[in-house]
Amino acid sequence: MNRRLLLLTPLGVAAIGGASFWAMLRGMRTGSFDPRGIPSQMIDKPLPDFALEGFGRADILVLKRPVVLNFFASWCVPCIDEAATLVTLNRANVPIWGIAYKDKIPATDAFLTKYGNPYRRVARDLAGQVGIEWGVTGVPETYIIDAAGIVRWRYSGPLSEQAVSVVTKLATA
Amino acid sequence: MTRKNRRLILVLGCVIGLGSATVLVFQAFRATGELFIVPSKIATNAPKADRNFRLGGMVESGSLQRFQDANRPAVRFRVSDGVASVSVEYVGILPDLFREGQGVVTLGKMRADGSFAAQEVLAKHDENYMPGDMADELKKTGWKPEQGAPPAAALWNAAKANTSSLQTPPGKVGG
Amino acid sequence: MIPELGHFALALAIAFAVAQAILPLWGAHRGNARLMQAAPALALGQLIGLAASFACLVWVSVTDDFSVQNIAENSHTLKPLLYKITGAWGSHEGSILFWCLILSVCGGAVALFGGPLPASLRARVIGILGFTAFGFELFTLIESNPFARIWPPPLDGRDMNPLLQDPGLASHPPILYLGYVGFAVPFAFAVAALLEGRIDAAWGRWVRPWTLAAWCFLTSGIALGSWWSYYVLGWGGYWFWDPVENASLLPWLTGTALLHSAIVVEKREALKTWTVLLAIGTFALSLSGTFLVRSGILNSVHSFANDPARGVFILGLLALIIGGSLLIFALRAPTLGSSGLFAPISREGALVLNNILLCSIAAVVLTGTLYPLFADLLMSMKISVGPPFFQATVLPLAAPVFGAMAVAPMLSWKRATLGPALVRLWWVALVALAAGLFASLGMKAVPALAMGAAAWMIFGALAEIIERVRLFRVPLGNSVARLFALKLSTFGTTLGHAGLGVTVAGLAGMSMTVEQVVLVRPGETVQVAGYDWHLAGMHDAKGSNYNARVATIEVSRDGAPIVTLSPERRAFTTQTMTTTEAKISTNFVRDLYAVLGEERDGAAVLRLHMNPLAPWIWLGALIMAMGGFCSLADRRLRIAAPTRAAAPTALSRT
Repeated sequence: MNRRLLLLTPLGVAAIGGASFWAMLRGMRTGSFDPRGIPSQMIDKPLPDFALEGFGRADILVLKRPVVLNFFASWCVPCIDEAATLVTLNRANVPIWGIAYKDKIPATDAFLTKYGNPYRRVARDLAGQVGIEWGVTGVPETYIIDAAGIVRWRYSGPLSEQAVSVVTKLATA
Repeated sequence: MTRKNRRLILVLGCVIGLGSATVLVFQAFRATGELFIVPSKIATNAPKADRNFRLGGMVESGSLQRFQDANRPAVRFRVSDGVASVSVEYVGILPDLFREGQGVVTLGKMRADGSFAAQEVLAKHDENYMPGDMADELKKTGWKPEQGAPPAAALWNAAKANTSSLQTPPGKVGG
Repeated sequence: MIPELGHFALALAIAFAVAQAILPLWGAHRGNARLMQAAPALALGQLIGLAASFACLVWVSVTDDFSVQNIAENSHTLKPLLYKITGAWGSHEGSILFWCLILSVCGGAVALFGGPLPASLRARVIGILGFTAFGFELFTLIESNPFARIWPPPLDGRDMNPLLQDPGLASHPPILYLGYVGFAVPFAFAVAALLEGRIDAAWGRWVRPWTLAAWCFLTSGIALGSWWSYYVLGWGGYWFWDPVENASLLPWLTGTALLHSAIVVEKREALKTWTVLLAIGTFALSLSGTFLVRSGILNSVHSFANDPARGVFILGLLALIIGGSLLIFALRAPTLGSSGLFAPISREGALVLNNILLCSIAAVVLTGTLYPLFADLLMSMKISVGPPFFQATVLPLAAPVFGAMAVAPMLSWKRATLGPALVRLWWVALVALAAGLFASLGMKAVPALAMGAAAWMIFGALAEIIERVRLFRVPLGNSVARLFALKLSTFGTTLGHAGLGVTVAGLAGMSMTVEQVVLVRPGETVQVAGYDWHLAGMHDAKGSNYNARVATIEVSRDGAPIVTLSPERRAFTTQTMTTTEAKISTNFVRDLYAVLGEERDGAAVLRLHMNPLAPWIWLGALIMAMGGFCSLADRRLRIAAPTRAAAPTALSRT
């Protein structure tokens, strides 16, 4: 075998490894790759039946356009991080609906007054039952439902920069 | 021994070493790789009966039951992925991070009756996420959500201590 | 004020690192002696800057300055002082700063002890260390500043994860980091040699002590980590093939290979290209392990808070360091000249076999660790690789290593014959056979084989010493004189090999562990593994930052009391977290291990273990590390020692 080629192999292996890790990191930030998460079973399924104080499945279906659904809570520090991002998204005309997960009503209201309310509508999942139905593994968690009422995308954790661009693309399509 | 022969032996040694490593890896993957399956996929995607796999999902709130299995402490709880749920039985001590309403991964195999016999329970614990139970804990610590995230480091010297925390804008700080 | 001082000292260190990376390398390239001579001073300057910066971080941590974000998130006024100090390297930000500090300590050590090195080689080594340090210090400053302020300062901190508040874990990271980062020096030597285009026996002699030092620390660090998970996590296990553990095992495997191949470079001036690649690869594995864990790509029980954004920066850094060095390797390796070939049955042949096997094991572990990631990325398949995989792949590859270990030191350089070496080991084979047969009475086949292998390794290592002092063949006094005349590095080899044997014996014993989870009421007694475990009572206790529930268990055997164990379950007040404190009683032949679970209507859930030979696992690792330090103490290996070749007879040197 050509000696030169042999000496280049380690570099090649390292390059392949590096490129893959880069793809993984990128995937982690856009929500397409999540090595630690439990994969969501909602993707490409019709949104589950639920009716909460605030809104329910029927309210989303009548819209006939994509909606961003965000699970949040006033007690969650990452949600504070995310609040500013959501407010910006809302200004960019992305429809965001919020579900307050296992949160007390006055606490939710105070949270929304303080950090801004990016939500077109807010529903309250006091018992956390809807969260279970959706398979939420923590807050914040974000879903996109398309015009036909099919869940298309999920992201767990506060939305990263890349995730925001994905949301904008999908939700304003 | 000629130079050529010696080189041949060296190359042969490397090939045997790495070759047996490759064979071992492929055999072991086929025999021991543990697929990760969620409850709704068990019906369609279930591995062979004697094969271990990982079942992951949320522990349904209120589903945890404790019972005794021949003087050994055991628990039963339901793991759900929102679409389907499976009853899991486990003999032993649950991990410290195990909580209802939180993510869990269990390792074990399916029983004939459709329940899952877990040999190992791993609670999912992610620092990025705030499990609901931590709401009270947060109030006890100095870091209250109302205080918001810290301001940009550049503002630090200009700001004065004890100015109202209510005015600080939220936002992540690079620092 | 102090945090800003620390911040400034860090920036200063970066300035030194830039100069350290550029001036000596340029000087060596142009043959400018003055630039080359600047290297040690720059390395020391960088070290002083970082030491000052780290001292500031410790100060801030001890004085509870919660206006520093890193402290607010990881400390608490009630936290014991020891953990306030060790907490300085317990958080993500602090640990990266600590990492940089050790890197600069390595640079400083080369500057101080590298006097006898050729000027251009020393300048290049220091320059490459400076370049590496610069990258990581820049990362610290830009992406993970440990001195970032928080506004307004919280009244109290969020406290450290209680699992991490433990003396074993407090000392684990520094020692492990010394190991990881220590491999930066052989790496720098390798790249410097490629730039110089020259490798000779002297290079091998210089690289070995640095490799050995890093290897000793890595061995101790891995052992401490495994010991920590044994007695703190309370699962009764000592090694979980967790990605973080694998990340430390990989550089250990290739580092061990490097240790042996550097001997071939020194004695025979062969395997040069391979040794250089191994040095680069070992450091690359150290770096990538840290990266994979920190970026959150690899999932683990003891990982730091992770952040993919940080990951991108580190990945870029790794691409530069690893990619750059491998590119230099591809371009410059042909200038090192082709290695001399040698007979397969010889000392160097045996060392090559060691390298092939160790690297195969490393490849297998690497595959098992990364396969789930690639399966997820390429095929969207969620798959886990657990301990059964690693046991099925590593054991068959480790077996020939164990077998060859006793024989190899008996072979002579250049050309040897297997027969006489094996004849000299006849009694070792008998002992190993006896040990294996004895073990098979109470053990399954594989552990019994491992016991035999362990005896083979331990007594094979002793056989080499016995052979050298010609015990029973010359008068005893003569043998003792010969023993004292032996080189320290001979004892190093013996201890290293025997230590692995002790560890293997411990692993074999541990596989026969008896474990049972029982539900016991106070006053009741259960029988586990032939011992009577009597739950005498339960009571509450209070610690400085936790409340505990304590069980008192009296263990006896055939009516004779042995020990009282009091495992605890602690609820930490500042973090809603409970931890289980296992209690262990050891007599070096077996561990009695008790864990308290939850309580159910007056009855306590207990997990009781009898772990045979468990302490041997860590004892063996300790012996291995001691062997390494023993070799380091050998005059010939000391960095400042003269570079002449060693005299052929053992007796001529003391």
